[in-house]
Amino acid sequence: MSLLSIKNLHATVGGNEILKGINLEIGPGEIHAVMGPNGSGKSTLSYVLAGREGYEVTRGTIAFKGKDLIDLAADERANEGVFLAFQYPVEVPGVVGMTFLREAYNAKLRYLGEPEIDAMEFLKFVRSRAKTLNMSDDMLKRAVNVGFSGGEKKRNEILQMAVLEPDLAILDETDSGLDIDALKLVSDGVNELRSENRSMLIITHYQRLLNYIQPDHVHVLAHGKIQRSGGKELALELEAKGYAEFSGEAA
Amino acid sequence: MSISEETVDQVKQLEADKYKYGFVTDIEMETAPKGLNEDIIRFISNKKEEPEWMLEWRLKAYKHWLTMEEPNWAKVGYEKIDYQDLYYYAAPKSMDRPKSLDEVDPELLKTYEKLGIPLKEQELLSGVVAVDAVFDSVSVATTYKAKLTEMGVIFCSISEAVREYPELVKKYLGSVVPHSDNYFSALNCAVFTDGSFVYVPKGLRCPMELSTYFRINAENTGQFERTMIIADEGSYVSYLEGCTAPQRDENQLHAAVVELVALANAEIKYSTVQNWYPGDETGAGGIYNFVTKRGACRGDNSKISWTQVETGSAVTWKYPSCILQGDNSIGEFYSVAITNNAQQADTGTKMIHLGKNTKSTIISKGISAGRADNTYRGLVKIMPKAEGARNFTQCDSLLIGNNCGAHTVPYIETRNPTARVEHEATTSKISEDQMFYCQQRGLSPEEAVSLIVNGFCKEVMKELPMEFAVEAQKLIGISLEGSVG
Ligand SMILES: Nc1ncnc2c1ncn2[C@@H]1O[C@H](COP(=O)(O)OP(=O)(O)O)[C@@H](O)[C@H]1O
Ligand SMILES: [Mg+2]
Repeated sequence: MSLLSIKNLHATVGGNEILKGINLEIGPGEIHAVMGPNGSGKSTLSYVLAGREGYEVTRGTIAFKGKDLIDLAADERANEGVFLAFQYPVEVPGVVGMTFLREAYNAKLRYLGEPEIDAMEFLKFVRSRAKTLNMSDDMLKRAVNVGFSGGEKKRNEILQMAVLEPDLAILDETDSGLDIDALKLVSDGVNELRSENRSMLIITHYQRLLNYIQPDHVHVLAHGKIQRSGGKELALELEAKGYAEFSGEAA
Repeated sequence: MSISEETVDQVKQLEADKYKYGFVTDIEMETAPKGLNEDIIRFISNKKEEPEWMLEWRLKAYKHWLTMEEPNWAKVGYEKIDYQDLYYYAAPKSMDRPKSLDEVDPELLKTYEKLGIPLKEQELLSGVVAVDAVFDSVSVATTYKAKLTEMGVIFCSISEAVREYPELVKKYLGSVVPHSDNYFSALNCAVFTDGSFVYVPKGLRCPMELSTYFRINAENTGQFERTMIIADEGSYVSYLEGCTAPQRDENQLHAAVVELVALANAEIKYSTVQNWYPGDETGAGGIYNFVTKRGACRGDNSKISWTQVETGSAVTWKYPSCILQGDNSIGEFYSVAITNNAQQADTGTKMIHLGKNTKSTIISKGISAGRADNTYRGLVKIMPKAEGARNFTQCDSLLIGNNCGAHTVPYIETRNPTARVEHEATTSKISEDQMFYCQQRGLSPEEAVSLIVNGFCKEVMKELPMEFAVEAQKLIGISLEGSVG
């Protein structure tokens, strides 16, 4: 059975229909890449899956672990195991990174009806996760994303993912704005989190990231629909030919 | 007949008698009728077994009050108060005291639960039982007080101080907030019935936080409280006022006065959590809190620091201030004021620089939600002799929703060219981006608001003593409930 099953998904933003019939099945442990030109609706798809307000599903269904996601609020989806690494991570002034992580972690425990975690134990756990990403204690003491460089913000997103251990991770343009060293760090962090019961949806404009994180399937999104699907060789083909064949109003 | 009914009857009887015979003060009774006149003041003074000078002082204040007008410059609106329709001594508490928790507003009980307040205390806070019924385990307080006495610290009720330490009281009472200061403080001078008195001897760093909670003689928190703290040369004291749990009170008007005196090299840290009943969603039944708080840094190198978290009351009018007389003295004001629903707060500070190289810091965080109005009003005044004085002011406002208001009214007066005064102000809203980001990490909308607002207030919250800070954090979330969604 699929972990995530999207059927004929239509969605509007600000009255405009952006997604026009998406079909996508993601099995447990699979890594899917969604590629497409700018403005094709990749971020929109991620927000619709995460349940952001203002992103209206008008037709179709989304099933996650057999549950209908559409009826759940954003925080419920998160606690069910949907994680979104943001294209533009948001600053939360005054909220220390460690506090933010603990609040999020405890929210999930409460949702699952489990007792909250001991602060010292949690600190150890986070430190072990931060190590791979080369994130210092100092970074965890700073306010969430405030004054972070582009690379630090993206690493911070992956750290949150590592701590919250989602069943489905959606990575929206995690490679954008990263130099080659940061890209390597972030990819290592992501690869470490690959497992047979964690699926990923990797959204990217460029093929570059997929050299580091090898996908099982690649899809091309354009004009609100998945236009083509294939294996990882499809990404290389797109790299060579660009998105020209998908530009212009498609059928 | 219950005691409460008896009290009510007694009062009714009294009021009837008043017209027949006039009001006589020398009879043994526990209550005074409604209204304010010289006889009532005599009655209060008599009840407190005060010396003659104290009574004279009260009467002088009362006469002055009669010549004053209620101020209306603050950005708050409320129904006109009929001062003759209030009780000034021992109001019959029993009138609508709930008989059990079943009769208490369920919303209030939910809040107690969230704050983790034990049942016994819930009964106290909601007025089901009187204070002494809960604090019968006086032993904790007694041990605490014995320790303080050993060190030479005086910590007692103001009434006790008037009787036991008249010289100290005489020397400092009204020396920071004179009876003529303002309408509400003049009223307080005339009729105050309760409050704390603290004296810390020379050179002592008081190792315990002094808290109203531990003061013996814990009478019901008064309507007209008067608190005095004197830190003698080279001493230090930290004082905690208030309680995070929402307290109900049958007295709608609260007009407290707090006076602080720091002598040379002394430091006073005064922290408040104010969470009086704000009324229902329309503000009905909420408390009017009109407070005068002022500290004098009288000696060189002295320091006074005010930290306040204001979440309660229907109307708040409050400007904890510092008079920086001593050279190199320091004044600080850290404030979080939250208004939700129909609450109104006009709060801020005054920093008056008189001595050389005096320094003041003002950090004010105002949060508005619902239909509430939140005003920061601050004065920084540099007098001609305050060579090298410095002030830094930062006022940040956060709005939640589209129907609330935030206002910043800074007054700056500089009469010395060497002074440096900096003022920064920002107004922001909780963004949809921030909300979604937090929710995507599993936080409910209310948890998200609480986290974001706590972050916004961080610079102030870190000034609170540890045990207060944790509760205050929770309180911030609770006071904003219902502000999103
Ligand atoms: N809040 C919004 N209101 C109206 N249109 C929007 C909004 N957000 C995105 N869009 C439009 O939706 C389309 C898809 O955007 P997006 O999902 O961000 O694309 P991608 O991530 O693939 O670059 C674009 O045409 C964009 O202008
Ligand atoms: Mg995008």
